[in-house]
Amino acid sequence: MWKSAEALLAVAVAGAVGLAVLPAGADPAAPAEPGTAAQKTGETGKLQQAVNVPAPGPAPASAPASAPASAPVIGLGRTALPEEIAAWNIDVRPDGEGLPAGAGSVRRGEDLFLQNCATCHGEFGEGAGRWPVLAGGRGTLQSDRPEKTIGSFWPYASTVFDYVRRAMPFGNNQSLTADDTYAIVAYLLNLNDLVPEDYVLSKDNFPKVELPNQPNFFDDDRETAEKAFWKNDPCMADCAGAVHVTARAQVLNVTPDADPPKGNLE
Amino acid sequence: MSTQNGSGSRGPEHASPGRAGSILSRRRFLAAAGMGAGAAAAGAGSAFGGAVAAAGPDPNIVPVPEWTKMLGAGVNANPYGKPSVFEKDVVRREVDWLTASHESSVSFTPLYALDGVITPNGLCFVRHHGGEAEIDPDKYRLMIHGMVDRPLVFTLEDIKRMPGRVNRAYFLECAANSGMEWRGAQLNGCQFTHGMIHNVFYTGVPLKTLLDMAGVNPKGKWVLAEGADAAVMTRSIPLEKAMQDCLVAFAMNGEALRPEQGYPVRLVVPGWEGNMWVKWLRRLKVGDQPWQQREETSKYTDLLADGRSRRFTFVMDAKSVVTSPSPQAPLKLKGPNVMSGIAWSGRGTIRRVDVSLDGGRNWTTARIEGPAMPMAMTRFYLDFDWSGQELMVQSRAMDDSGYVQPTKAELRAVRGTNSIYHNNGIQTWLVRGNGETENVEVG
Repeated sequence: MWKSAEALLAVAVAGAVGLAVLPAGADPAAPAEPGTAAQKTGETGKLQQAVNVPAPGPAPASAPASAPASAPVIGLGRTALPEEIAAWNIDVRPDGEGLPAGAGSVRRGEDLFLQNCATCHGEFGEGAGRWPVLAGGRGTLQSDRPEKTIGSFWPYASTVFDYVRRAMPFGNNQSLTADDTYAIVAYLLNLNDLVPEDYVLSKDNFPKVELPNQPNFFDDDRETAEKAFWKNDPCMADCAGAVHVTARAQVLNVTPDADPPKGNLE
Repeated sequence: MSTQNGSGSRGPEHASPGRAGSILSRRRFLAAAGMGAGAAAAGAGSAFGGAVAAAGPDPNIVPVPEWTKMLGAGVNANPYGKPSVFEKDVVRREVDWLTASHESSVSFTPLYALDGVITPNGLCFVRHHGGEAEIDPDKYRLMIHGMVDRPLVFTLEDIKRMPGRVNRAYFLECAANSGMEWRGAQLNGCQFTHGMIHNVFYTGVPLKTLLDMAGVNPKGKWVLAEGADAAVMTRSIPLEKAMQDCLVAFAMNGEALRPEQGYPVRLVVPGWEGNMWVKWLRRLKVGDQPWQQREETSKYTDLLADGRSRRFTFVMDAKSVVTSPSPQAPLKLKGPNVMSGIAWSGRGTIRRVDVSLDGGRNWTTARIEGPAMPMAMTRFYLDFDWSGQELMVQSRAMDDSGYVQPTKAELRAVRGTNSIYHNNGIQTWLVRGNGETENVEVG
């Protein structure tokens, strides 16, 4: 938060300048002017709720000379410091961008996994109870019970590193060092028969690790693969022959309130 | 809707003396209705009064009720108001066997008891991946960095002082809503089959405003949104969507975001799967490719029958469900009844909803009532007379893109049964002769 009255005043003044400038940049022809009736009846009679943003552009002539012409100066927020960005910038991409310096062996990873992870995921990544299974499952994706593990399903090894680094161990996350994280990921890759027992995973060799199911992912194609669902005018009468009940929830009876309210007609 | 008389397990425990009378009254009405569906349908409203009058005065009228004789509670007995004690069972519920922990789990909106289009804040379903973060608003920070001209840090006050604040109503549906129903009817109640959705009014500023302040590099194509909770939830969002209609929201339905909905700031990604609406939003990073995070690779991808998987299936397709009658809201009386339901589409505005009472053989267009806004929940009704016959109730939503909600069979023919996510197939409720209602599938 603001540290002093002077700082507050300075920001308030900057903000006031921004406020004075912006309305001049807003498009008066926009269908819903910001700050006024946001959702109103459009020409079609349907309610519209488009988001309208003042177009960024050169500051009007009346703007202070110090305002950069390339961006809307509102006078809010401040520059992020490099050490602040470093503290939160923990994401890792498949091409290795974001990987920290470090390395870890499969053997060290096994020790760490047993200490930190096995309670939920099992000693060999087989999963305990309803906690995620991390290893095995190859060849099950077309079965009635697909087992989606790192080796059988996940497309990128970088995701494993990223996720362990940001959110594991569950309940004590972001407690592992970079070397520890490399080691645990190395052990998980070994459990999935992707690297040998003597493997040492590091920032340098990480991008070379490929997961087998990666080629089987493709971008959303519903608009072509499911084009038939755009029917416009579906059938209204005599659309099917005799209709029968084919499955009932009562048979499984897994609803939390085991005794749902009954109808009152007797 | 919840009945004022309660029924079975849902009724208030501390029944007043008047309650027995009300059940009695209902029985008398049933007797009247039993004289014939036609007679009941012809004038059930007046028939009710007539039947009671013939048997003696209604004990809810004579003598004068307690609440009329005595003073009630003062104006500030509940400084933050609560629902009536008679509505105490209208709450979010969890399915214990579904997940391994309460911190990474989901609770469901009680759709069966709600009406209109706005979900009350306290009943909005909750999905956490690492529990509910409690963030002091004075300590809240939002960072924008990556492929931008000026990496920036904002406080909550900064966001609340930004020009161009907007109010928008949008549905938020978890991609896994109805995910337990892919293999067949499983959960008995629309709270559980469809309750991973809510619809509220958000107040906030367009994400574009913040990104423009930082100055996005022309090579920037994606935005990573990250939460500050113990899951540090992340999703990659196409820059085009981020600039189009996403919001950085700090209020819902007129008050500060609820903690379980991301207080003090969450991302709003209209029409797209709820997992992308990052709660406790702490960081936005611009990049030139997606980050392939856990929640967009191992989760929230749609495994098809052939073993391949669709990814980046962001849009929520048109969907609807009848909320009453439904297993938790059975039919109680013959004669006039109001069928009530909700419809929504991430591709636009709900144009029409059809309802079937015979399992999809014949359809009637329902009455859309209230605002039908793009990417927002829309309410529909069908006023109908019920003579006590068995019904197979379905609803079918259509949006202004021409998309028609598919049957479950049509959906399975394209995707198989392993998708988990994006199950928008037509729901069937079997209403029995006694009004009891069950989740079924038909064919």
